[in-house]
Amino acid sequence: MTSQTTHTFDREYDTIVIGAGMSGLGAGIRLAMFDKKVLILEKHSISGGLNSYYTRFKRPFDVGLHAMTNFSPRGERKSPLGKLLKQLRIKHEQLNLSEQKHSTIVFPDTKLSFTNEFSILIEEIAQKFPHEIDGFLKLVDEIKNFNEVSLKNEYQAAKSVVSTYLKSETLIEMIFCPLLIYGSAWEDDMDFSQFVIMFKSIYLEGFCRPEGGVRTLLNLLLETYEQRGGELEFKHGVEKILYDGKKVIGVQTTKGEKIKANKVLSSMGAPETYARIDEQEKKTSAQTGRMTFTETIFITDKKPSDFGFHETIYFYNNRNKYLYRNPQTYYDDQSAVICFPNNFQDDDNPEGIIRVTFMADYTHWKKLLSEDRKAYREKKKEMGETAYDVVKKLLPNSWDAKIECIDTFTPTTIERYTGHFGGTVYGSPDKSRDGTTPYQNLYLCGTDQGFLGIVGSLLSGISMANLHVLSQ
Amino acid sequence: MDKQEVRQVVLDIIADVALDEDVSNLKDDVALRDQLDLDSMDFLDIVMELKKRHQIEVPQEDYPQLASMQSCVEYLRPKFQ
Repeated sequence: MTSQTTHTFDREYDTIVIGAGMSGLGAGIRLAMFDKKVLILEKHSISGGLNSYYTRFKRPFDVGLHAMTNFSPRGERKSPLGKLLKQLRIKHEQLNLSEQKHSTIVFPDTKLSFTNEFSILIEEIAQKFPHEIDGFLKLVDEIKNFNEVSLKNEYQAAKSVVSTYLKSETLIEMIFCPLLIYGSAWEDDMDFSQFVIMFKSIYLEGFCRPEGGVRTLLNLLLETYEQRGGELEFKHGVEKILYDGKKVIGVQTTKGEKIKANKVLSSMGAPETYARIDEQEKKTSAQTGRMTFTETIFITDKKPSDFGFHETIYFYNNRNKYLYRNPQTYYDDQSAVICFPNNFQDDDNPEGIIRVTFMADYTHWKKLLSEDRKAYREKKKEMGETAYDVVKKLLPNSWDAKIECIDTFTPTTIERYTGHFGGTVYGSPDKSRDGTTPYQNLYLCGTDQGFLGIVGSLLSGISMANLHVLSQ
Repeated sequence: MDKQEVRQVVLDIIADVALDEDVSNLKDDVALRDQLDLDSMDFLDIVMELKKRHQIEVPQEDYPQLASMQSCVEYLRPKFQ
């Protein structure tokens, strides 16, 4: 069946980009740079999407940023970061990146530390898993030679590939831990291409942070987009993607306006995008991911470094196995990612900050919030106390900083601000690597195209704009 | 436009696309890829800039013509007439 409605449009563009997150802005800049008439529609009142910011307790907070992965130094042009700077014509020094000090994967009986210098991780593995080091080095060779960004790669379970090189369950679990929690939409395992992307971005390249946090980057992107002549409208969500039976012809906004476009590039997620197409035109669906998170942020009067503590990120797991899966309860307190943003090389924060991320179940939080707001707040408070107990176990015994304020987000918070079904952060397990959809002129970019993290999302927007609009 | 002018046009574009790379000592008869860190994304940019600045269209099948500075000039010069 095809809808025969004729639409009267209020305005017309070459391309409409849905969402002013990293990928939407990356795509927008590329299109505006080459004189395409482009409009970005953003439902929220600020940009950034999953990597946004807000102000609470008179303090600036970053939404999701623990660290930017994919660090590469100035002058490196073939790395993902180098490529994206080149494509957006932004200079490395404009980001003022500060590298991590060191991070540690903490399991019940073993710890593995790593820095942006890969040899440290090799030494750690050689020392703690001497029988595995040869296999590990061979795995690294395979990773280095793998073309993870090929748009043609088929799904391959990463753990089965890795276990051909490594025998120790514990080592495999430890290596996977940061990679899963920093980017997997799949539970317990991930696609091998995705594994390679994450391995390179975290272990071979490493963590950094722009001075001033994610705002610095977003302001730079917005400025670049504006200078190039792109248009952006905040508080304009997309209600419907208009399809004439043959191709996508535009969108209808949440304000009821119909805007015509030759192409629509959606960064809102695969299930979220398909839900905006008329039910009778349904050709496909994408699963809503099951992985979501809570985060508690503590602002303290003293900094971890005042106590001689210099870890940047702790990947904490209190079980022998690492369970990267929906915990089927509010949150899983047996594993966490703990980020200490003060512990990058340059610290521009006036106070101490500790961010504790737990895996969580969307359904539990959603139910509680809709049934009993007071209980929801109580639960958040209880989770904060649990999180602080975990942190105290890892900090030096002398730690006596006073907590100035606590802010918490849950899967329902993510859902409210990003529109992601189920409060997902890494989107749907159904990715479209080449960005195509069953609808002509409608393309996906961002999380559900499959490149993750800040650098990954920006590259996703850039490459989808290049592939589907600029080279056409 | 004479050869030198076409060369300058291409050089200006490469300098913008390959931000902060030294383009002053480019050899005309050696592939650009072998002298600069240019990938397929960069070649797309060179093509896009030619279109934007000089309304010159380079169809995808002609991209190999842009391999070296010399072949760029030979291929593009008639398009500037």
